[in-house]
Amino acid sequence: MKNIPISAMIGLFFTALYFLMALFAPLIAPYGMAEVVGDVWEPSSSEFLLGTDSIGRDLLTRLIYGGRTTIFIATMATILSFTLGSILGFFAAVSGGWVDQAISRFVDLIMSIPSLIFALVVLSVMPTTTTILILLMGLLDSTRVYRLARAVAVDITVMDYVEAARLRGEKFAWIIFREILPNALSPLVAEMGLRFIFMVLFISTLSFLGLGVQPPLADWGGIVKENKEGINYGIQAALYPAYAIATLCISINLVADWILNRTTSLKGGRG
Amino acid sequence: MAVEPLLKVRDLKIGATIYPPGERPRDIEIVHGVSFDLEGGKVLGLIGESGAGKSTIGLAAMAYGRGGVEITGGEVHVSGRDILKSGLRDVRKLRGGEVTYVSQSAAASFNPAKKIMEQVTEAAIFQGKFSKQDAEARAVALFAKLGLPDPENIGDRYPHQVSGGQLQRCMTALALCPEPDLVVFDEPTTALDVTTQIEVLAAIKDAIRDTGVAALYITHDLAVVAQVSDHIMVLQQGSMVEYGTTDQIINNPQEEYTQALVSVRSIKHEEKKPGDTPLLKVDHITARYRGTNFDVLKDVNVELHPGQTLAIVGESGSGKSTLARVITGLLPPSDGQITFDGRVLSPDLPTRSLEDLRELQMIYQMADTAMNPRQTVGTIIGRPLEFYFGLKGKDKQTRIQELLDQIELGDGFQDRYPAELSGGQKQRVCIARALAAKPKLIICDEVTSALDPLVADGILKLLLKLQKDEDVSFLFITHDLATVRAIADSIAVMFQGQVVRYGPKSQVLAPPFDDYTDLLLSSVPEMKLGWLEDVLANRKMESAGN
Repeated sequence: MKNIPISAMIGLFFTALYFLMALFAPLIAPYGMAEVVGDVWEPSSSEFLLGTDSIGRDLLTRLIYGGRTTIFIATMATILSFTLGSILGFFAAVSGGWVDQAISRFVDLIMSIPSLIFALVVLSVMPTTTTILILLMGLLDSTRVYRLARAVAVDITVMDYVEAARLRGEKFAWIIFREILPNALSPLVAEMGLRFIFMVLFISTLSFLGLGVQPPLADWGGIVKENKEGINYGIQAALYPAYAIATLCISINLVADWILNRTTSLKGGRG
Repeated sequence: MAVEPLLKVRDLKIGATIYPPGERPRDIEIVHGVSFDLEGGKVLGLIGESGAGKSTIGLAAMAYGRGGVEITGGEVHVSGRDILKSGLRDVRKLRGGEVTYVSQSAAASFNPAKKIMEQVTEAAIFQGKFSKQDAEARAVALFAKLGLPDPENIGDRYPHQVSGGQLQRCMTALALCPEPDLVVFDEPTTALDVTTQIEVLAAIKDAIRDTGVAALYITHDLAVVAQVSDHIMVLQQGSMVEYGTTDQIINNPQEEYTQALVSVRSIKHEEKKPGDTPLLKVDHITARYRGTNFDVLKDVNVELHPGQTLAIVGESGSGKSTLARVITGLLPPSDGQITFDGRVLSPDLPTRSLEDLRELQMIYQMADTAMNPRQTVGTIIGRPLEFYFGLKGKDKQTRIQELLDQIELGDGFQDRYPAELSGGQKQRVCIARALAAKPKLIICDEVTSALDPLVADGILKLLLKLQKDEDVSFLFITHDLATVRAIADSIAVMFQGQVVRYGPKSQVLAPPFDDYTDLLLSSVPEMKLGWLEDVLANRKMESAGN
C-alpha cells in the first residue's frame, strides 16, 4: 500500500467516502428522506446545509439517500453483468466452434441495439421496480463484459497450460475457474471500475428521463430532474447531484486507472 | 604508440531497475566492468548463457540501453571517440552509420508494410552516405554477395514474401549497406532452422570478409561462433570469464566454465534393443488441419518400445509436432490408427478414457507457458495426483516432495510460483507434473531447445535417469541432432510430413545416408575450426528452407 500514487489516493478517498455515506445513510442524514421540512428552494443555511428542494425537502438528506439508491443499483447491476458476462465469455472461449459462434453472434445482435433505447422500450412495458432496473441494466451491460472476457480468455486458452489441463482430462469448470479466471482477473477488475461508472451514468440518465427510480425514492438522476426548473431562477439545487455523479465517476476512474496500470505494467507489477 | 583500436571498451558497467512483485523497485548491476578491444576488420564473438549480458554489451557499442537498461559507468570508444560522452546528435550519426545492428528475429524487425529495398537503404540514405541510386546499387550488390536469389528484384518484395533465412540475409545487407565500421550481430542465426542456419552463417562470414568490416558476434552457441570469429570472449552473469583467440578457447580452454561449455553434450547413451511388443504403434497415420487441403502428415508409421526413446527429427514444418498432436488426440487423423499398450486409442481427445489420458503425458518446449503463472509448484504437481489418484492432504504433500526430490529440486519449492524459478527449474517442474501421473509414455516436444546448453544437458541427464528408474518411454521431438545422439534408441527423420528414414539409432546415424539425412546431419555445428568450409564443400543437397 506504500506505492499508491497521489491520484489513486484521491480516488480511493472519495470512493470510500461515497460508499460509507451510502451504507450509513439513515445515521448521517439530518432529516427523513421524504420529509418536507421547509419552504421551496430555500438557500443554504445552518439548518439546511445545501438548502431545500422543489417541494421543501432537505437537499443534503435527499443527496445522501439518493447516493444510497444509485450506488446500490449500480453495484448490483455491475455484479450481475460481471458474473454473467465473464462466465459466458470464458465458456465461449473454451468451447470454441459453434457454441462460441452462437453466443457471440447473439451478443452482437443485442449490442447492435443502442442500450438506452432498448432500456426505454423495456421499461415502458415493464413495471419500474428496483429489481427490474438491476436485471435490465445488468443483462444489457453483460454483453460488453462478455466481449472483454471472451477476448482475454481466447488468448489464455491457447496457452500450453490450458492444453495440458485438457490433456489431463479436466472438465470445463476446472479450466474456467482454476486455469483461466485467475489469469483474466486483473483486466476484468479494472474493467469493473469502468463498468460501474457507466452503470451510475445509466441509472442517472434513466431517472432523469423519469423511467428509472420512482419518487418518493431519491436517486441522483431523479434529484436533478426534480430540481431542473430551479436552474432558470439561479437555484443551485439541480447541480449538487450532478457534482456528486461527476466526482464519484472521476474518483472511481482514478482508482481503475491505477489498477489497470499496475496489472498491465511491463515492469512485472502483476499481482 | 600503437594504432587506436576501432572499438575500445573499458570497465563498462550497465545497470537496470528491477520491479520485484510486492517490493520496492531497486537498481541492480547487470554488467560488472567489462573491457575489451576490437580492431578494424576483426570479429569478436561474445558468448554466454541467457542473462550473461552479451546482448547488453553489444548494444552498448551503439551507446544504447534497451528496455530501461542504463549504462552506468565505463568508457566505450569508437574510432577514438568516447561515445558515452557524446551528445545525442553525434550518437545518431553513429547509429546506422558507423555502427549497425543485426537482430535475432528478422521477421519481427522488418516493417511488414514497407518493401525490403526501402528498409535496406533507409539508414544509408538518412545518414547521407549514399544517394538513393547508389544505395540501391549497393544493396543489389550486397544481395548478390549474400547469395539471395534474384538480387535485382528481391528488394521489391515485402518481408513476408521471402523465407526466414532470406530475410535474415536481407537484414545483414541492411546492416552492411551504409558501409559501417562495425556491425553488431545479435544471435542472427538462432531463430533459424539448423539447415538454414549454416547457409546464413556462411553468407555472413563471406560478407564480413569481403567488406572488411569489424563485427561483434553475439550467440549462445560456441560451435557457431567458432566458425566466424577471430577472438572469443566468454561471459557469465555480466562478467568476463575468459578471453582469447578462437583457437585457444576451443582447443585449450583455461577456465572451468569455458571447459564445460566446450564439452557440453558429452552424454553417452547405450542403444537398447527393441522388445517384442511395442508400447506405441503409429499405423499409417495421415492428418490435415481443418479447413486446409494439405496433408501435414502422410502415411506415418513408427513404433516405440517400452522403456525406450524414439526421437522424431526434422526441421520446422516437417510435421513432427503435428504427430504429437495426433497421438495425444488433439488432432484426429484423417486416416490410420494408433495402438497404445495393446489397445487402439480413440482418435478424439474427449472420448478417451481417463486411464489413456493418464498413461500418456506431455512436456512442452516453453516451460513458461506450460505452467499456470497463478498456481504454485505444489498445485501444479499436486493436481494430477489429486485428479488421477485422489490423493489428498498429507499423502499428497509427501508424494509432491518425493517428485520434487526426483527432479533434484529438493525442499522449499512447493510454495513458489513459476515466475520465481529459473528456466531449467521450470522445465523440471513440468517433468515432475508429467511424472506425477505415472505415465507409460511421455511426449517431449522440443523440451531442451529453449534452454541454455549446460542447463539442457542437465535436463537430458535427468530424463535418462528417470527412464531407468521408472521404465517410462519417451517420444522425443527435436530438431537438434546432438540431443538425439545423446538419448535416442531409435530415430525417425521427418521431411515434409513423411518419415524419410526410420530405424535403430546406430542404423539411422550410419552411412549410406539419403540426401536429406545427410543435409541434416552435416548442418549440426561442430566445435572445431574450419568446420563450416568442410561442410559446404561436401554436401549433396541445398538447404530446404532456403
